[in-house]
Amino acid sequence: MNLVTNNKWIGQRTIRPDGMDKVTGRAQFAADTTMPGMIWGKILRSPHPHARIRSIDTSKAEKLPGVKAVVTSKDIVDFPIEKGAVMLGIQDMRWMCRNVMARDKALFPGHPVAAVAATTEAIAAEACNLIEIDYEVLPWSIEIDDAIKSDAPVLHEFNKFDGKPSNIVGRLEHKKGDIAEGFKKADIVIERTFTTRPVHQGYIEPHACLISVAPDGKTTIWSSSQGQFMVRAMTSMLSGIPQSDIRAIPAEIGGGFGGKTIVYLEPLATLLAKKSGRPVKMVMTREEVMRATGPTSGSKSTVKIGATRDGKIVAAHGTFYLQAGAFPGSPIRGAAGCSFTPYDIPNLLSEGYDVCSNRSKVAAYRAPGAPIGAYAVECVMDEVAERLKMDPLDFRLKNAAKQGTKAAHGPVFPRIGYIETVEAAKASPHYAAPLGDGHGKLRGRGVASGFWFNAGGESSAQVNITEDGNVVVTTGHPDIGGSRAGIANICAELLGIDYRRVSVIIGDTQTVGFSNLTGGSRVLFASSMVVTQSTEKIIQTLRERAAKIWEIDPEAVKWENGAAHPVSPNAGQFEPLTLEQLAEKAPAMGGPIGAGVQLNTQGADGGFGTHICDVEVDVDLGIARVIRYTAVQDVGRAIHPGYVEGQLQGGVAQGIGWALNEEYIYTKEGKVDNPGFLDYRMPVCSDLPMIDCIMVEIPNPKHPQGVKGVGEVPLVPVMAAVANAIYNALGKRFYALPMSPPKVLEKLESADAAGCGVEA
Amino acid sequence: MTELRYLAPGTLDEAVGAFAAAGSAARILAGGTDLLVQMRSGILKPGVIVDIKKIPEMTAIEETADGGFRIGAAVSGMALAEHKNFGKVWPGVLEAVNLIGSKQVQGRASAGGNLCNGSPAGDSVPAMVAAGAIVTVQGPDGRREMKVEDVPAGPGRTNFKPGEILVSFTLPPRPPGSSDAYLRMIPRTEMDIAVVGCGVSLTMKDGTVTSARVGLGAVAPTVLLVEDAAKALIGSRLDDAALAKAASACSAACRPIDDKRGTIAYRTKVAGVLLKRTAAIAAKRATGK
Ligand SMILES: Cc1cc2nc3c(=O)[nH]c(=O)nc-3n(C[C@H](O)[C@H](O)[C@H](O)COP(=O)(O)OP(=O)(O)OC[C@H]3O[C@@H](n4cnc5c(N)ncnc54)[C@H](O)[C@@H]3O)c2cc1C
Repeated sequence: MNLVTNNKWIGQRTIRPDGMDKVTGRAQFAADTTMPGMIWGKILRSPHPHARIRSIDTSKAEKLPGVKAVVTSKDIVDFPIEKGAVMLGIQDMRWMCRNVMARDKALFPGHPVAAVAATTEAIAAEACNLIEIDYEVLPWSIEIDDAIKSDAPVLHEFNKFDGKPSNIVGRLEHKKGDIAEGFKKADIVIERTFTTRPVHQGYIEPHACLISVAPDGKTTIWSSSQGQFMVRAMTSMLSGIPQSDIRAIPAEIGGGFGGKTIVYLEPLATLLAKKSGRPVKMVMTREEVMRATGPTSGSKSTVKIGATRDGKIVAAHGTFYLQAGAFPGSPIRGAAGCSFTPYDIPNLLSEGYDVCSNRSKVAAYRAPGAPIGAYAVECVMDEVAERLKMDPLDFRLKNAAKQGTKAAHGPVFPRIGYIETVEAAKASPHYAAPLGDGHGKLRGRGVASGFWFNAGGESSAQVNITEDGNVVVTTGHPDIGGSRAGIANICAELLGIDYRRVSVIIGDTQTVGFSNLTGGSRVLFASSMVVTQSTEKIIQTLRERAAKIWEIDPEAVKWENGAAHPVSPNAGQFEPLTLEQLAEKAPAMGGPIGAGVQLNTQGADGGFGTHICDVEVDVDLGIARVIRYTAVQDVGRAIHPGYVEGQLQGGVAQGIGWALNEEYIYTKEGKVDNPGFLDYRMPVCSDLPMIDCIMVEIPNPKHPQGVKGVGEVPLVPVMAAVANAIYNALGKRFYALPMSPPKVLEKLESADAAGCGVEA
Repeated sequence: MTELRYLAPGTLDEAVGAFAAAGSAARILAGGTDLLVQMRSGILKPGVIVDIKKIPEMTAIEETADGGFRIGAAVSGMALAEHKNFGKVWPGVLEAVNLIGSKQVQGRASAGGNLCNGSPAGDSVPAMVAAGAIVTVQGPDGRREMKVEDVPAGPGRTNFKPGEILVSFTLPPRPPGSSDAYLRMIPRTEMDIAVVGCGVSLTMKDGTVTSARVGLGAVAPTVLLVEDAAKALIGSRLDDAALAKAASACSAACRPIDDKRGTIAYRTKVAGVLLKRTAAIAAKRATGK
């Protein structure tokens, strides 16, 4: 491990390159783009949760003056179900082609059934109303319990579970040891069932794109996404235009949190642009975002943990049912795979069930599935610790996974930092502080831990030295967490120059090599690997050129503080050659200086966090507020501590919303009843305390700077930490989210005793 | 495509004329923080908009000769907060008006718009009801006065006659020992809609309540004046028994619905809790303790 020590820029809170544009309103988001001759696209959406589409008549819409094109599923490349999966990343194109536009059936209210492009948005909307659709309305289900009943209306008849058509479209299990034997050794066993509601990622920027298709088929896409290459590939597959003809330009992104790892608008706008010959712009309303883009799953989980009297967990069993929405693909891997991972449990069975129902298809949301599973596991951990009369952090320490522990999902852990997060939480001023007087309100404290896999994968970078001796770095990942600032720190560190001389930009699909999604907490991990290798190649070139000028061996030249220096035996014999000087001499010395590297990066270690939460409950109104919060996380190496803290705080903020108020509410007709930020209650600033961060740095030995992914872990423990704190305040346990005021008051007024659930 | 006409008359007579002439296609524009939102979401498609902010009377705050206040229907929350005396006399009405939205919304939103929008959850309305405000309206048949609690007719509807415009609120003079307060229950801390809102206005003499009015919001199709709650408070020293009785009266007055914002059980219980808390604040202010 060759960590650079005495860093000048790594670990500094440098000014983010995109900061000025964002605070002055100059940043270009997808909806800010316009083109001459541009027209507007609108989508007609199904009003029904479940309906067969008998026929679609678009003739009246097509005749409306101002309408330039209409598309339906006929225009979209079909991926027939019976031909088997066609995967693009984690998405099966059979479902993607049906999600962007319903084919034979509409599967949720808001499911697109046709799209129109017209000279104004109003004409496009009017034309949508002129499209006649003959629906055969079918019975539907939304909630998991309804969808898995034996007589439930089945969304996808071809899917069989236990030999019968079913909405259970997938199952996964991780197994270790023998749980039946394990539970026999337990002195205490606690089993609980938990439910969570679907919650939306809540990015501020609605999906938007502008697309131009030239007469020769050359297509340009400006859109906001978590991956311009994903946009290009999906649009290509759904429109039939080859990838080489599609240039996808990433706009600044106004939040994604996983929800922009798939496409909704781009294939439709491309087809409308191709048909009409005009650039087509589409911008979703907030209501469309809430109705038709992926929230994450609602869930039903049962978790059973058995421990000996001295606090050793001997067996655990988790069953996690997650709503996939209209198409298979809920994040059962995260729920079943991550939830027990902080612990060394000899006998473990963790099962996930993927359940389709008539609501929008889920999309990734920050550590997909893991917060749902951790909520159940970490609440039961709290109850077991209480029963054992152990401090909940000591109980976790006693069972903590460490180097050499085999995780149920496969790997044997290398050096990991879980124990250090628990120890740092125990040693924190927060854990030592008294709860203080609530002046009539009840206070409580809870803790919880969490794990997320983190990802590596494909990344490309090009680093070029400009003629005036500065640096431009191009990478292929939309920056949603401050990655440009981190890259600038690393590149400046390696070159030994001021970070302000490094300009980092995000390339489009035709100017930088393939780079996989911004997701899985992978961007700084992966892109700093390719940027490091590119920069090292440049340094090698610079040393060679200096050696040539000095007529010495390149090995006798070192690169330091932005200049080439001769080393012994020539030390002091030549004046150093700076980056600027070498750039100036470049034309005469073999040409421009630059290097690019493309890798499928490996070695992304998983991440662990442990959180402490204090709440205060107004018992007459049922309002729980978080009054103090500390997030401890093994962050590997904080390249830019400000953005690492930002990730931790952002994850906590989202988790507090999920725990206390956020939920999809449905009408009796199966429609989302709260498709806006008034009634879908994400926290506002004043709802949250200042969130303290403790960054534990256990460098990743497989990464040149020790980087681990940090963006997703901080959402994983939050709901359990809040729930455990509320229990500590009230002496009553909650087994369902959100813990919103009516539900808290109802629980307080109910007669059930502390603990309440069913015990095994 | 429908066309939208925007008018900004300088006098009330012109406004009434234009509003009445345009009939049901017309809408009055005060701060626009309800109207424009409803237009953008497609709920409303007015043909004519009559902006009343250019009419001096609509944006004026006057102290009347007898010590009361007359507030123009389009006075923004921020303008009311900046008035040097209003908040001293009517802290409850002011805090209710200032709870509407955020700083940005406060620069525009008016108590008039809040009332005329007809939402049972409008924050300033229960406080105005508790204050005993009288409203002046003007229409094609001239001016008339109404009690503020008589204005709402149901969600989104008022008892104004066709063509009538709300001109101002008149708040009565205050005897010594008077004050008021407003509290609302929202799940968040701001930028939210009241699940229950409660306004209480009190006059106290030597620790005893001599007069009281209670307004309750978001628990029925319209904001309610709860006379039984006021009766329970009058004559009491705000002891636990009197507060409990007033709280029960509030709960009993509730005719709420179960909806995405709260359950019947929750709203009914919370109405009583808020009454107690609001009365305590009003009493503290009235007695200067
Ligand atoms: C972000 C945001 C947050 C909000 N938060 C709150 C809140 O916390 N509490 C709350 O109660 N409300 C809230 N609102 C709603 C709104 O701000 C208030 O109802 C506000 O008081 C409306 O006043 P206005 O002057 O903007 O009304 P406008 O939008 O101008 O008018 C509202 C309605 O009343 C009619 N009208 C207005 N004036 C007159 C008149 N003089 N005569 C006849 N009819 C008239 C209009 O035609 C329209 O139908 C919020 C709105 C937004 C956008």
